[in-house]
Amino acid sequence: MSAAEQALASGDAVPLSLRGPAPTRVVAGYGFWLFLLSDIVIFAALFAAYAVLSGESAGGPTAADLFDKRHVLIETACLLASSVTCGFGSLAVQSGDRNSTYFWMAITFILGVTFLSLEVSEFSHMLSIGAGPSRSAFLSAFFTLVGTHGLHVTIGLCWLIVMLLQVATLGFQPMVSRRFFCFGLFWHALDIVWIGVFTIVYLGAHL
Amino acid sequence: MFGRLNWAAIPFDQPVVMIASGTVGFVIFCVLALVTIKGWWPYLWREWITSVDHKRIGVMYLLLALLMLVRGFSDAMLMRSQLALAAGHAQGYLPPEHYDQIFSAHGTIMIFFVAMPFVVGLMNFVLPLQLGVRDVAFPVLNSVSFWLTAAGVLLVNASLVVGEFARTGWLAYPPLSEVAYSPGVGVDYYLWSLQISGLGTLLSGINLLTTILKLRAPGMGYRQMPIFCWTALASNLLIVASFPILTATFAMLLLDRYCDFHFFTNDLGGNPMMYINLIWSWGHPEVYILILPAFGVFSEVVATFSGKPLFGRRSMVMATMAICVLSFLVWLHHFFTMGAGADVNGFFGIMTMIIAVPTGVKIFNWLFTLYGGRIRFTVPVYWAIGFMVTFVIGGMTGVLMAIPPADFVLHNSLFLIAHFHNVAIGGVVFGVMAGISYWFPKAFGFTLHERLGKAVFWCWFIGFYLAFMPLYVLGLMGATRRMQHYSNLHWQPLMLVALAGALLILLGIALTGVQLAVSIRQRERNRDVTGDPWNGRTLEWSTPSPPPAWNFSHLPQVDRPDAFWAMKQQRGGAQNRNVKRTYETIHVPRNNPTGFYLAFFAVLLGFSLIWRIWWGTGLGLLGAIVVCLMQAWRTDTEVEVPAEKVAAFERLHGPKESTV
Repeated sequence: MSAAEQALASGDAVPLSLRGPAPTRVVAGYGFWLFLLSDIVIFAALFAAYAVLSGESAGGPTAADLFDKRHVLIETACLLASSVTCGFGSLAVQSGDRNSTYFWMAITFILGVTFLSLEVSEFSHMLSIGAGPSRSAFLSAFFTLVGTHGLHVTIGLCWLIVMLLQVATLGFQPMVSRRFFCFGLFWHALDIVWIGVFTIVYLGAHL
Repeated sequence: MFGRLNWAAIPFDQPVVMIASGTVGFVIFCVLALVTIKGWWPYLWREWITSVDHKRIGVMYLLLALLMLVRGFSDAMLMRSQLALAAGHAQGYLPPEHYDQIFSAHGTIMIFFVAMPFVVGLMNFVLPLQLGVRDVAFPVLNSVSFWLTAAGVLLVNASLVVGEFARTGWLAYPPLSEVAYSPGVGVDYYLWSLQISGLGTLLSGINLLTTILKLRAPGMGYRQMPIFCWTALASNLLIVASFPILTATFAMLLLDRYCDFHFFTNDLGGNPMMYINLIWSWGHPEVYILILPAFGVFSEVVATFSGKPLFGRRSMVMATMAICVLSFLVWLHHFFTMGAGADVNGFFGIMTMIIAVPTGVKIFNWLFTLYGGRIRFTVPVYWAIGFMVTFVIGGMTGVLMAIPPADFVLHNSLFLIAHFHNVAIGGVVFGVMAGISYWFPKAFGFTLHERLGKAVFWCWFIGFYLAFMPLYVLGLMGATRRMQHYSNLHWQPLMLVALAGALLILLGIALTGVQLAVSIRQRERNRDVTGDPWNGRTLEWSTPSPPPAWNFSHLPQVDRPDAFWAMKQQRGGAQNRNVKRTYETIHVPRNNPTGFYLAFFAVLLGFSLIWRIWWGTGLGLLGAIVVCLMQAWRTDTEVEVPAEKVAAFERLHGPKESTV
């Protein structure tokens, strides 16, 4: 008997890396973590582009002219609060509590929609005063970075609807719980990205 | 109704294009007709198109890459023949606007649709077998990745007939690739086909990375993991970390082109050099994404055919991971001439020289593995030794160009072209060829024809030197890349030598076809009944050839690298793969058409976006979403293989009491 075999025979002493294939639950979550990391690399590239181009307003409006701190504060509050309610929702999914899943996830959804509509109103205001993405490289980078985050929130909201339909039709199968777990990760990751957007784009504008 | 698409998009006035595309169309028609007449569609649909078996998907990747190698190589032949002719007053037969499309398509296809599917295909086929597990982490996603790559291939080749391809070079530098200078659909073909296939590559990277990190046979820690798995780990880490940069960069260029954004334009504050920085911070890791798995193949081949464990395994692993990290710190050496200043250029020059060190370590690992070994000179060993000689030369010229002042002289010259073909052919292509002849018997149950394999090697090896050594000289004489015509007649003799080399490589590619045909005809003679034709060292050789859908009837117990070698030693040479004789029911993933359907809608989406057909765009997007939703509600995702069936398979194909 080799050392590794002895270790395997003795049960709990076996290091995680030697225990053989991980269960599906772990594998799915792990793969989704990797996907999120790759998604964050996309944002990293967009942040880099924004950092390079943020001063290139080409005679048009600058960041300090455009951004309203109070508006952004409400947006941020909505998104961060939605992360909290999403956390409660995830706990409800874990305990298989259908009603409280619906309740918390509905609040998450409403907060997400509020965030998104605030963002849309900001964008449409900027477009109406001639500060659209075609105006300058700075505005191109701004709309792309913030818009990509908004697109992610939109996709997240659609995903949330799909997940609630899955709970309604399939119940809390392992498959559905795994997907809910991944949704939670996704939603929290969007918050992390937003913290970056808030700090670099909106607070950075008033430095 | 059809956006910009009309009959003028088909180049009826260009005989070269029409004859080429007509021939391709005719061949495709004949193949489809043959499949229909013979009634092979149900078989193809069941066993290949909807298969989520990593071995089948790996083989399909390799077939796709071989097919695209022919396409990319015909572009190379066009360029070489044009340059052999177009000296002095002669203008050759390719007008500049066509020549520009050819070199752009050649580079794009060779990197994205030949080298990438070759490498991803090998990893797909080999990894689960070497790791001792039954499949990759996400089998359906694996099929999606493959079919998205195939969708990209289809789009890129459609540009040959409908419309045009980019004239911008294989990385589509702005401002040339902006609407102002490339108003046609060529750049859009380039961007959308690479966005679609790039998504496939990213998903496949996530999939394989999860597989390596979370799915290994019991007892296989990182210290027991075969070296090819280590190089694949590094390569997939690079895919996950760098492909998103490519996606983001292309997205920015697309916004510039479609929505009048100003990321990389000349006016309103755009910055074209930012594109070049971003694209190369994907592009340099990409070089190592391709070469590291090739290094892994050579490590396996050299150890197996020397009959020795790999020399300095730990240093090999460390060198691999060092390259993985350092590959993100050298991107600027692709454009020292940007004018970043002496300090920045100096930093990146030194980093480039440093990254050559771990590669040098590897060369010594292989040499010392061969040293004192009982070497069997099989085809994979030919490729491995040919690689070592060639790659060292390519590495030397690379280090030479890492010196910024030297690079100012050699930048964008044929010297550079010779350098990167030296490492791409001498490294990646030789590695893939070694890998294919090494693992072919595992995939199909019989070995490839040995003498024809050696003929293929000599064609590529000598052909490579004939084709590219002259380019080093021409580069030093001042010949630039992407040049359709030259006036200096002294260059012509060397251009003719290069053409001769390309013809020799063409012979090598043709002989690969002959080798395949002959090997298939003589398959009964070269049957691999043991599952271990090369006296291998790693777990894939412990399975029958070809392995069953479930790979391993019992997951193997591992306690060291070269696990299968140790099993063979412990059991006194008898190939007793499994001690246990009882079998359990095994679950394998069920066939799934999601990947194929998604690719269909991805092609529709990409083609509509290229031609600005907005209803098609909506339809493609909607179709893709519906396919995803259908997949989300699919619950019968697994098929049971009953224990009796497993037992019956093992009685038929399992280990016999034969000696090695």
